[in-house]
Amino acid sequence: MDSGDTAFMLIATALVMLMTPGLALFYGGLVRSKNVLATMMQSFICLGVVSILWVVFGYSLAFGPDKGGVIGGLDWAFLRSVGTEPGPYAATIPHLVFSAFQLMFAIITPALITGAFAERMKFSGFLLFTVLWTTLVYFPVCHWVWGGGWLGKLGALDFAGGTVIHINSGVAALASALVVGKRRGYRKEPFQPHSLPLTVLGAGLLWFGWFGFNAGSALTAGAVAGVAFFNTQVATGAAAVAWITAEWIKIGKPTTLGAASGAVAGLVAVTPAAGFVGPVPALVIGLLAGFFCYGAVLAKEKLGYDDALDVVGIHGVGGLWGALATGLFASTVYNAAGADGLFYGNPKQLLIQAVGALAAIVYSFVLSWVLLKVTGAVTGLRVPEEDEVQGLDQTQHSETGYVL
Amino acid sequence: MVKIEAIIKPFVLEQVKEALNSIGVTGLTVTEVRGFGRQKGHREIYRGAEYLVEFQPKIKVETVVPEERTDVVVETILKAARTGKIGDGKIFVYPLTQVIRIRTGERGETAI
Repeated sequence: MDSGDTAFMLIATALVMLMTPGLALFYGGLVRSKNVLATMMQSFICLGVVSILWVVFGYSLAFGPDKGGVIGGLDWAFLRSVGTEPGPYAATIPHLVFSAFQLMFAIITPALITGAFAERMKFSGFLLFTVLWTTLVYFPVCHWVWGGGWLGKLGALDFAGGTVIHINSGVAALASALVVGKRRGYRKEPFQPHSLPLTVLGAGLLWFGWFGFNAGSALTAGAVAGVAFFNTQVATGAAAVAWITAEWIKIGKPTTLGAASGAVAGLVAVTPAAGFVGPVPALVIGLLAGFFCYGAVLAKEKLGYDDALDVVGIHGVGGLWGALATGLFASTVYNAAGADGLFYGNPKQLLIQAVGALAAIVYSFVLSWVLLKVTGAVTGLRVPEEDEVQGLDQTQHSETGYVL
Repeated sequence: MVKIEAIIKPFVLEQVKEALNSIGVTGLTVTEVRGFGRQKGHREIYRGAEYLVEFQPKIKVETVVPEERTDVVVETILKAARTGKIGDGKIFVYPLTQVIRIRTGERGETAI
């Protein structure tokens, strides 16, 4: 046990927790004012719902003793044998601290999906889907990569969750947009973001919290945490600049929303690579993430699915790019426990990364589709049309975001 | 008595207020409004989505004056609010039947 590592991980955990309210602000500002509370609620309440799942069976399914490479068993249900001594995943911190850190990841992942079905999803449907999805998609995929499952054993590198969190949620978002359907008035009415200052503030909090997410994923306060910290900063800054540059060329104006969106795209893309690559590759990963994700967001307009807040374009595409880029740029110079990528003489790593990404894409898409159908049959997915027009704040929560 | 209502560009509000002050208009009511005339809307772009925002932000200025002052007030607003470009707005003049000062109960022109 190491008090320095424990202190570092406690702070990192709190930083990751802050990302979820940050996401609530990021999303909340992007919707119309009649839906601001309902949208923020769908992120915020994950802090509660997933915490309960985690204690009862979630931590055990994700990290408990491996069953066939696909899932942890129920041996650690109710956190049995998860206590103050270090567990098998981090030798220098209490097992409970590791579990708390991982809990924050499990919380933000379903919250990310909510951007896809924003402004039309029933609260009851959202809750049921979140419980089902977290249990049957997040916990298994998390186990595959980090909990001793088959992808981790295969050698897939995912430093802080490019596949587990971002590809996973981005693909679930695509299924959500397709199954839940378009918002009423899509492409007929202007859906202007009601408060971009909230969105920029949210992006700032995400950026801040992401230092805990990426540096904390080193699990010790050492050199790898420092590398991940540095890479997080440069990739994010580069992606913000790349996005607004692309916009400037394409539409003639750099936008504030573009800067905020680009920053998030950079954070997403550097996540799997953060502790495995050097700072110059991180800069390249960020720059290209800004271009790729902006392109993906433009492509959505052509393809015509209503992923309301661009979860697919930013998290799905950014996560995929990050996973593959890790297979290109990873270098054991920066992390001896990692691997070398294609550019350092190991083309096989790129293949492994692609297999990991593909597995997550297929599994998450199929399961998300089924779980949305199940949810639709049990609680329904969408609010009635009249409620959608009136807004979710009043019809789902009997509240108003702004009172004059 | 007449009520004069002017829809103006937001950035000329300060000079309209100064000009009306200088000719002795004692009270103004100002509202932020949105609407369109010949100017039509403007484009806004959020990520990939481009929207025509039809309603332009404008300021509505309302004041009440004795009928014989109508022309001088209208001229003053015209001079202060005109940029010569599309979207300068409009002035409406209405006849007014009664004005009552709530504090004292005075009626008519003394209540303006």
